Amino acid sequence: MTAGVAHVAGAGPDLPDPVPSAGRTRSLTAYLLLLPGALWLIVFFVVPLAQLFTVSLQSGFPGYPGYYYRDVNFGTYASALTEFAGHFGRSLLYAGLATLFAFVLAYPLAYAMAFRAGRWRNFMMICVIAPFFTSFILRTIAWRQILADNGPVADTLTFLHLLPGGRITETWMAVVAGLTYNFLPFMVLPIYASLERADARVIEAGGDLYANGFTTFRTVTLPMSMPGVIAGTLLTFIPAAGDYVNAELLGSDRSTKMVGNVIESQFFKVLGGFPTAAALSFTLMAIILAMVFLYIRRFGTEELL
Amino acid sequence: MSTVKDWVRTRFAMISAILVLLYLFVPVAYTFVFSFNDYRKSNIVWNSAAGPTLKHWKDPCGAPGVCDALLTSIQIGAIATVVATVLGTMLAFALVRHRFRGRATSNVLIFIPMATPEIVLGASLLTIFVQGFSRFGLRLGFWTIVIAHIMFCISFVVVTVKARLQSLDPRLEEAGQDLYAGPGGTFWRVTFPLVLPGIVGAAMLAFSLSFDDFIITNFVSGDETTFPKFVYVSYLRGIPAQANVIGFSMFVIAVALVVAGQTIGNARRK
Amino acid sequence: MGLFSGAQGKAARGFREAQGDLHIDGVTKVFTDFTAVDDLTLDVPRGSFFALLGPSGCGKTTTLRMVAGLEQPTSGRILIGDTDLTGSRPYERPVNTVFQSYALFPHLTVRDNVAFGPKRRGESDALRLADEALELVEMTRFAGRKPGQLSGGQQQRVAVARALVNRPEVLLLDEPLGALDLKLRRQMQVELKGIQTEVGLTFIHVTHDQEEAMTMADTVAVMNLGRVEQMGHPEVLYDLPRTTFVANFLGQSNLGNGRVVDTDGDDLVVEVAGTTARIPKARSTVSSGAVTFGVRPEKVRISDERPRDAGNDVRATVVDVSFTGVATQYLVTVPSGSTWMVYEQNLDVERNHLRPGDEVWLEWSSGHAFGVATDDDAAASGTAAAAPDDADAPDDTDAPDDADAPGDPTARPAASVDAP
Repeated sequence: MTAGVAHVAGAGPDLPDPVPSAGRTRSLTAYLLLLPGALWLIVFFVVPLAQLFTVSLQSGFPGYPGYYYRDVNFGTYASALTEFAGHFGRSLLYAGLATLFAFVLAYPLAYAMAFRAGRWRNFMMICVIAPFFTSFILRTIAWRQILADNGPVADTLTFLHLLPGGRITETWMAVVAGLTYNFLPFMVLPIYASLERADARVIEAGGDLYANGFTTFRTVTLPMSMPGVIAGTLLTFIPAAGDYVNAELLGSDRSTKMVGNVIESQFFKVLGGFPTAAALSFTLMAIILAMVFLYIRRFGTEELL
Repeated sequence: MSTVKDWVRTRFAMISAILVLLYLFVPVAYTFVFSFNDYRKSNIVWNSAAGPTLKHWKDPCGAPGVCDALLTSIQIGAIATVVATVLGTMLAFALVRHRFRGRATSNVLIFIPMATPEIVLGASLLTIFVQGFSRFGLRLGFWTIVIAHIMFCISFVVVTVKARLQSLDPRLEEAGQDLYAGPGGTFWRVTFPLVLPGIVGAAMLAFSLSFDDFIITNFVSGDETTFPKFVYVSYLRGIPAQANVIGFSMFVIAVALVVAGQTIGNARRK
Repeated sequence: MGLFSGAQGKAARGFREAQGDLHIDGVTKVFTDFTAVDDLTLDVPRGSFFALLGPSGCGKTTTLRMVAGLEQPTSGRILIGDTDLTGSRPYERPVNTVFQSYALFPHLTVRDNVAFGPKRRGESDALRLADEALELVEMTRFAGRKPGQLSGGQQQRVAVARALVNRPEVLLLDEPLGALDLKLRRQMQVELKGIQTEVGLTFIHVTHDQEEAMTMADTVAVMNLGRVEQMGHPEVLYDLPRTTFVANFLGQSNLGNGRVVDTDGDDLVVEVAGTTARIPKARSTVSSGAVTFGVRPEKVRISDERPRDAGNDVRATVVDVSFTGVATQYLVTVPSGSTWMVYEQNLDVERNHLRPGDEVWLEWSSGHAFGVATDDDAAASGTAAAAPDDADAPDDTDAPDDADAPGDPTARPAASVDAP
């Protein structure tokens, strides 16, 4: 049917088109449909990125902080990366941990929605999305208060001797917890979508074949939901790695700052920090894109594209 | 003993799901509770001496600037949603329904913004607005926020509409043509109504992304204040409880809209 | 007949009025890498029920889509009466289709689905026409429902009504019963045939179910690899297949590769399966040299004594006996080594005494034998195969997609082809 679909969809170059002119007008239609959106993305995404790259190569006028000239100065990258290597490390580590925790929390939820919820499915779906409509900043600040020193969570954990430092806020734990919380729905929804498409009967058959529930999960359920897991981990990891709000609101002044905090402060608080901020942004993007493409290649999905 | 174990085992998924859902609602509940706090200086510690109060609910615009910020967010969200939905839907149709030179490149162009951290988007837009486009008289503010929001919403609209379009049975459109509807008639009477739920979903997604965005907005907003920015900035001085009122109301309104939408959808199917 | 009493409204722009027989004139359809339909010529008389029968990938659906205008032929012409429809769009043709899996519009009610065509054609009383059409298929009760709330059989009726309401010159049915269970399919076959008789339109029915084709159609065309192998009245096709493919696709046949050794009056004398048999000259497509001899399983008699009028008989060994109620089916091995099938009606009350391993004689009347050209490809690739029994419902209803499946994937349990 591929040929038939393509025909209705507009003749492809691989199909003999019975009406020669129709092919041309159809491809004109395609470009007309494409043009406004693509132009927007080029002018407000590609061009700014190129500009950011040139900024990262600029040099400052010695003695005139805040003034730059065009240059091809990779020195900024070297100095920025040496100075802020720790921040990069933390960004990737925190984002990785948050992705892992989000996965652990999201999978049972997605699984229950897909196979156990029955008529409660839509209700649960609403429950996953709904908290999002209370502003992200408000919810993060709420967490700060809930996790605060002498707050209910910190007190309980201290009482149980599970919290040696005696506090959660202003530690890496609060930052990772905040990241996990904020991006959890991005993990739930794609996993749910791919589980819903999977056939429950296949999973039951797996349950018949392997008595052990974990074996069934590992050999049948998880592979079937892999496209969703991949999409979910990317949708969680990418924004988490670039986030600075959680580290700002939940973390401490020094030891939990992520690369996003550096970029933000270099832009807004450090005079002459533009090239450094640009170099850090560009490096962050390069690292993430490289990871994304390796990841997608490794697990072979084009679902996101 | 084993029966208890079995009971837990068979319901493990559902029990953990409910716990995770509760976890998702914890900060919402906190926001709700503290909207009744009769605080003195800052709305951080519950003032048990005064007890709960309705005064913030009676006067949601009572804190200076909060309703201006809300209005700005709604305006930006509305404009960005309309433009991004139209442009994104057009892109989705082009990508699903046409084979043309540059299709693969277009797919990458749409995918990359989603794989780019917001802070990089914000930083790059800031540099271009300050160092490039200011030449054309563009100043940081309302319209730069709108431009930025449209940019990052487009990709999400494309992905949502594309999914809907791809799941459309091509035979339905063939049936339209077979039943004497020309290309235009087939589009407006068959294709469009069937893709519409996807477009509406995409628009809702775009609005919520725009409304809740802080990072990019913070970079490109200049002196303009949106609701998330208002909350973030006032955090140091103490957030007024009116922000809690508004934040919780948005939650209620959104849930009501979704429930209403589903009820209407169900009623129509019957 | 109230159905088509409404005055026809103004036709859509570019609409081509046409009346008469359908002519498919030398049509070829080439997709990128294979030829789906190969120089096909067919004439379908006006008002007849015509079936295109063949396995997946034989080109039948592509042919149908070209008549509908959903595909354009690479070469050749399609006409109704004297009007050339080649190159016109689906909405410009007086042709409607009942799609496989129905393709009912899920966002419209049943009534609006049926009224869709008349409305597009500008009929002023589209809704009344729709109601009449729904009455014809006994679906009036469901007019206000959405297609998603109907069963498969009900959807099928709506799809028929939606096509019929337009009073097309030709109605195309693309495996319309494929998604229904056996019992419902039987019932719908009878109903569809009844509707066709009542409205008197030309129906072209595409199916891979030989029994369905034979039950419903006045004329069956058996297609294979983009060509029509044989065309004719179902009884004629069954009685006298002209190719090994038809012999095997339409019902079952015992086939054996043999050689014409002599002629005797009106008969050919053939050496086959380790015996000598006769085929009337008129029942063979070849008159000398290699021939594939065939006889239908139900035309063969089985007994444990040698028949007196020896001639068309052969010794065989019983391999399997299965009792099916009305008949008993025997699998036997003939001296050449291949397996033949014999159906014997259970007319006697006493129990059958033949058991696997028994030596038996097979016998048939020479008037039931037929001869076709030996098809080496078919013999080698195992395409010579029994057509599917209806009971095992077609499992490929979702993918009888002519464009994607060249060749013959319907390799079914081979009945019998003697290696020469």
